[in-house]
Amino acid sequence: MKKILSKPESLKDAVLSYCPGCGHGVVHRLIAECIDELEIREKTIAVAPVGCAVFAYDYFNFDVTESPHGRPPAVATGIKRTNPDKFVFTYQGDGDIAAIGMAEVIHAANRGENITIIFVNNANYGMTGGQMAPTTLIGQITETTPFGRDPKREGYPIKLCELLSTLEGTTYLERVSIHSPGNIIKSKKAVKKAFQCQIDRKGFSLVEILSNCPVDWGMTPIESIKWIEEKFIKSFPLGIVKDKI
Amino acid sequence: MIRKLMKGNIALCEGAITAGLKSYFGYPITPQNEITSYLSRKMVNLKRVFVQAESEIAAANMVLGAAATGSRSMTSSSSPGISLKQEAISYMAGMQVPALIVNVQRGGPGLGNISGSQSDYFQAVKGGGHGDYKIIVLAPNSSQEMYETSYDAFDIAEKYRTPVMILTDGIIGQMMEPVEFNRVEKKYLPEKEWFLNGCKSRNPRSIKSLFMEDGALEKHNIKLQEKYKLISENEVKYELYMTEDAETIIIAYGISSRIAKSAVKLARKQGIKAGLLRPKTLCPFPSKIINSLAKINVKFLSVELSHGQMIEDIKLAVNGTSKVEFLGKAGGGIVTEWEILNKLQN
Repeated sequence: MKKILSKPESLKDAVLSYCPGCGHGVVHRLIAECIDELEIREKTIAVAPVGCAVFAYDYFNFDVTESPHGRPPAVATGIKRTNPDKFVFTYQGDGDIAAIGMAEVIHAANRGENITIIFVNNANYGMTGGQMAPTTLIGQITETTPFGRDPKREGYPIKLCELLSTLEGTTYLERVSIHSPGNIIKSKKAVKKAFQCQIDRKGFSLVEILSNCPVDWGMTPIESIKWIEEKFIKSFPLGIVKDKI
Repeated sequence: MIRKLMKGNIALCEGAITAGLKSYFGYPITPQNEITSYLSRKMVNLKRVFVQAESEIAAANMVLGAAATGSRSMTSSSSPGISLKQEAISYMAGMQVPALIVNVQRGGPGLGNISGSQSDYFQAVKGGGHGDYKIIVLAPNSSQEMYETSYDAFDIAEKYRTPVMILTDGIIGQMMEPVEFNRVEKKYLPEKEWFLNGCKSRNPRSIKSLFMEDGALEKHNIKLQEKYKLISENEVKYELYMTEDAETIIIAYGISSRIAKSAVKLARKQGIKAGLLRPKTLCPFPSKIINSLAKINVKFLSVELSHGQMIEDIKLAVNGTSKVEFLGKAGGGIVTEWEILNKLQN
């Protein structure tokens, strides 16, 4: 019998700690497949965030460093500036990048750092039990918005790609989703394009991936997929936000 | 040997560059602006890395990233900025990433003022950030020592895989003195077993401070404590001046030690048996020598540009054997040699 599908070399043979139905596993696999296909595993240095993906170094089969909460773009700047020939990417959640780490991402983007950011947006703080994130939708119920997010009290969902697109230092920004096989394929294309952007030394690239968090959203995995399709995408439209490649 | 008149802050830059500094990440704050300004030219000319970060927080985290790849990296700031760097310093201590952080102290608390001060002693030597850790704290007291200390700091940081802080002050940083360039340029650094450079021909590595498995963090903490014990056994440095027959021994570091030395000279002229012990390392603290000098007929006088921080460590070292007194000013005030002499006379 011929083996036609196997685990990417860039993923370790580990049991993921993510909740049942969570999208992080899919995103990890997409990243691993792209790194394998681009043959950059041995020159990759990744930056893990604080949040659900904090254990990324246990799952990815390449060099990974930890970073304080929100600081991965600064850590990645330090790595890439001193090692321009290495491949450097950060993996960040919505709280990490758009709340506590907003300054770091804006300035790394504005400097046009030749790094890639994989931004997993699941509209809440997953690791800490589902609190409001900067990307939580209007009306969405979370642990800290028990009556639904009210813009008068909690402001509006932040659209990071659109925000960063105004900066001249950014090269490639795209928002994708993993709620269906077709969209997973599109997500992989976006990740690969962003990685290639860095390999070709074209500057700052970021892919925002809308992902599901069934446990903290209080939904079944199938309901959470539907929520992405019916609600999430309406607030966070998919597509290329900026492409200077 | 080349000798040049320069500010302490610039001498510090030269020492770091000679030691093979590959990247510097900074943010403007007085009284350390000479460092960012000088390195913005020098590092670029040398084809090394200079980045003016968006914040002290970002600058320290850029250092974390650069140093995690095994290269020599530093950041500098002054008191309020150093508070912001504590997050990354705690992480680097936990992740065992060697790097250099320079604090050219100014008056505090809060925004304070821009005069030289020594009010950050506690923050520097007691950890500073969260968690059970210490960093090595070095205290130069001249332009010459700013040069030599920043040169040596990287070796010691890498030897123990720990952040090292140079705790200086606005006066040492701004004062111009002749500097002898007595260090050899480091072109090749020793291979390291732990750093991240891509997993070519080896297993992937990770650098982290998170240990969630049962008992793992406890084990990690014990390992760190063993390291700190080793550091305190091997790395204590101090200078003794006329302490043999001294009845009062002043203990002072940085700019205070310069003033104290003048006071000792004045006192000796008047027949007062005074001496000086100057810690060159504040962490590890020279407790053993202080303890051995402590006798019933010997008094200690802690002179600091603070309201009494180092005195606590002196008292612990003396352990009740001798009387320990204090003379200090904070918030920009400077203790004069006459004030110290007056205290010695009484």
